[in-house]
Amino acid sequence: MIIHLTAKPGSARNNKTGSWRIEKKPKFLQKNCVACKNCLIICPEGCITGEEKNTFNCDYDFCKGCGLCAVICPKQDIIMVSEE
Amino acid sequence: MYKPLLSPGHTACGGCGQALAARLVVDIAGPNVIVVNNTGCLEVFSTGYPDSSWEVPFIHSLFENAGAVASGVESALKYLKKEDQINVIAQAGDGGTADIGLQALSGMWERGHNVLSICYDNEAYMNTGIQRSGLTPLDTNTTTSPVGKFSSGNIRPKKNMIEIASAHGISYVASATVGFPRDLQRKIKKALSLKGPKFLHIHCPCPLGWRHEPNLTLEVAKLAVETGLFPLVEFEFGKLINVYKLKEHKPVEEYLKLQGRFKHLLSPEAKAELARVQEIADGNIERYGLLVK
Amino acid sequence: MKEYLEGSQAIAKVVALCRPGVISAYPITPQTHIVEGLAQLVADGELKVEFVNVESEHSAASCCLGALATGVRAYTSTSSQGLLLMAEVIFNIAGLRLPLVLTCANRAVSAPINIWNDHQDSVTVRDSGWIQFYAESIQEAADLHIQGYRLSEDKRVLLPVMINIDGYILTHGYEVVDIPAQELVDKFLPPYQLERKLDPTHPLTLGVLAGPDYYMETRFAIEKTMEDVLSIIPEISNEFHRTFGRNTGGLIEKYCLEDAQRVIVAMGSVCGTIKETIDEIREKGEKVGLLKIITYRPLPQEEIYQALKKVKEIAVLEKAISLGGFGPLYTEIKSLFQGKGENPKISGFIVGLGGRDITKNSIKTVFDKLSGKQTDCEFIDLKNVEIR
Repeated sequence: MIIHLTAKPGSARNNKTGSWRIEKKPKFLQKNCVACKNCLIICPEGCITGEEKNTFNCDYDFCKGCGLCAVICPKQDIIMVSEE
Repeated sequence: MYKPLLSPGHTACGGCGQALAARLVVDIAGPNVIVVNNTGCLEVFSTGYPDSSWEVPFIHSLFENAGAVASGVESALKYLKKEDQINVIAQAGDGGTADIGLQALSGMWERGHNVLSICYDNEAYMNTGIQRSGLTPLDTNTTTSPVGKFSSGNIRPKKNMIEIASAHGISYVASATVGFPRDLQRKIKKALSLKGPKFLHIHCPCPLGWRHEPNLTLEVAKLAVETGLFPLVEFEFGKLINVYKLKEHKPVEEYLKLQGRFKHLLSPEAKAELARVQEIADGNIERYGLLVK
Repeated sequence: MKEYLEGSQAIAKVVALCRPGVISAYPITPQTHIVEGLAQLVADGELKVEFVNVESEHSAASCCLGALATGVRAYTSTSSQGLLLMAEVIFNIAGLRLPLVLTCANRAVSAPINIWNDHQDSVTVRDSGWIQFYAESIQEAADLHIQGYRLSEDKRVLLPVMINIDGYILTHGYEVVDIPAQELVDKFLPPYQLERKLDPTHPLTLGVLAGPDYYMETRFAIEKTMEDVLSIIPEISNEFHRTFGRNTGGLIEKYCLEDAQRVIVAMGSVCGTIKETIDEIREKGEKVGLLKIITYRPLPQEEIYQALKKVKEIAVLEKAISLGGFGPLYTEIKSLFQGKGENPKISGFIVGLGGRDITKNSIKTVFDKLSGKQTDCEFIDLKNVEIR
């Protein structure tokens, strides 16, 4: 009997870590964005996407609300807001 | 649309420097890679069965053997004549690199395997609960080097892993930090363009273990460089070829004061200890010529 | 081809015939001649393999692990302290279901340091999920390597195999050995293939973290596979017989057991001495016999029970001891009769530790003692050294 505990690539996406957020979440204002991609690069979850100016956003299914994107945004175009 | 090669859904803490660093590494390395990982936070938070964050082939065996397992993977690729098509990355935390895994790494470097080794240095055994390692800085408050009436934390400075690696005469050795992510990725790219063993030492703040707010990860990482406590250097074949220059010499307090693990160094009674930490930063600045003159 | 060879040279030649892609080892007496032999074959261009001289046994096993996971057949060899240093990786390889073949040149475990033969090293890792064979002769040792690869890589098995050969006695002893032709070995042993491997075209995560919801099933699966292995081993040794014309391997060997009243159970090269002694004793009309255990893990319980159930007096002769808990094999043989009706007298004897000679007299002593008082753990051939 062979049980292979080999995991399929990227299957961690089944695990919605967005539920970890307790207080705040980032809000992408999409007003002054210059598409520098800093937020995308530094997100520890890798859950930010976007290509053109003012198109960046994060996947709230995974965002843990660490706030690094808001800190790094050179245009203050990402702000931390309270969870409803 | 951006699809990271280390997928979201992993269980690292919010603001984790290592999760960030590992994604930066694998993203720039691309899909033609085999990742060998020592036991540690990274392996635990990214491969909890049945889930895995890895979009590339990944193997974890034990705490100390990534160097040897990667040697086997690389030898197998050579035997299969695929060594030019697939990069091999062996990665570990600071304990897995500088302590328990050093022997296997040294063996791999000495034998000249075409493998990039990476140390994700968060300066203590975070996975087991913040115990000190050989890369824990002087006077750090950890659970096995606690501050007390007769102790101001860890009794020795960090082991100089960069120069230990460099002394093997391998093609490329560099330090990097999540505080400068683009510099980090440039160094990965460069390392992977070279044959033979390479070593990249990446400074990764751990909000939980360093006791700072999760959104300070990048700022803390940058300050480690800007105070001279974590110099960014590049060696080729044992020779220093490049350093990240500092425009000003920031006092170490600026770095220490953001972190709970150094809180005890900021009291008036700790002046002498604080001076010892400053001495380490000054020593790095002089040794590597970090200051713009 | 029949050649007069040192045991280690014979094993090196046979391992080369099995076409490994990666060999990794660290030197330890008395294993050295095996890997030296392989290194010379590589140096002479007779063996195309990545030969990785590592810095420790822990890394030797780990290097093989990496190669196997990448889809390449691997080989390593060790002994004693080396096996114990590897122990962590030994468990890991079995848990990852990787088919490594390892030769253990059996040697005593320190302290005191001792380079001579007993079985303490391999017996100590018997719980690791490895299949363990013990060879009586050099020919058997050589053949078991070919069978070992075939068994280990069988899709129903995927467990590592340890071939145990007595240090010095077999590694450094000389024998006329039949080294098979490459074509025959190729016919018997198909190329290495692993379905779930490290491959960027089909990326998989190997070596996951398995919590309480998953871990136990992985151990259950190995235990179930071990049960299957008990029927797969005879299948493979029969096919080996058909292919190579030689009947070696298998689970157990019975020697003069049919009518035997007193029987020794043993493993490894000492079985040769026991057979000779039996022949001598039988000439005097006494009905003595031997049950040789070739496969120690999985333990062929049913075969052992059937072979011994009519025997009145059984001696388990061991070159290893679970200090504070008798000889491990003795404990296991004894447990086979629990609740089964037959109630043979089973005694445990510890012999030959650290290379102490086991002579025909030692064996005769054991047969004599068998008829005396039952004993759990009696040391044979102890000297009267002053112990301070």
